[in-house]
Amino acid sequence: MMKGMVDEYVVNRTLDARGLFCPMPIVKLKKAVKEMADGEVIKVLATDPGSKRDVEAWCRKTGNSLLEASEADGVFTYIIRKGG
Amino acid sequence: MGGERKKMAIIVHSGTMDKLYPAFMLASSASALDVETHLFFTFWGLSALKKGGLEAAKLPGLMRIGTGMMKGRIREAGVPTLSEMLAMCKESGDVKIYACSTTMELMKIREEDLIPEVDEIVGATAFMAIALDADIQLFI
Repeated sequence: MMKGMVDEYVVNRTLDARGLFCPMPIVKLKKAVKEMADGEVIKVLATDPGSKRDVEAWCRKTGNSLLEASEADGVFTYIIRKGG
Repeated sequence: MGGERKKMAIIVHSGTMDKLYPAFMLASSASALDVETHLFFTFWGLSALKKGGLEAAKLPGLMRIGTGMMKGRIREAGVPTLSEMLAMCKESGDVKIYACSTTMELMKIREEDLIPEVDEIVGATAFMAIALDADIQLFI
């Protein structure tokens, strides 16, 4: 999806997975999203470089939407909306 | 998501740390993807399911002398211990743990020697029935 085409969103929840390695960020993400309602948005912070592909694959396989993915100073930030 | 859930079946044949970690890491990753995982602990793998077995697991062969150092690295990196990995797997509700009945007889292990996380004691045929329906089958 192109930048600017993403709908406006409000972050409902933040998951700090910095310092954690595979499979922990995804395990924690799954747990957090399970407690959220459809349409709610979670922001995930991670330092594991593997999280880039992992988060993308997790969203694709579980039917959740990765709205944004960025990196700054070794910290990856992901914005995920529960559901499609 | 609908449809039948995906399944993974893993034969855990070794009780050393280098093999137990990947088995639990794959199982916990799978549960995050809503994949149901079945772990069949057989032969040397079964020693991991004895009380205190996970804590006592070492690196294989001559590398065993480096076990303490490895555990130190694991702690430093913030990677969970094997017992914590198992607890996480069980908490997800998606990971089933099976103990091989023949190995129990061979190694003189009684049911009460096993940790409570074991779901069932089964034979190879019961596991085969599960593995035949699985989307991923691994031997570790």
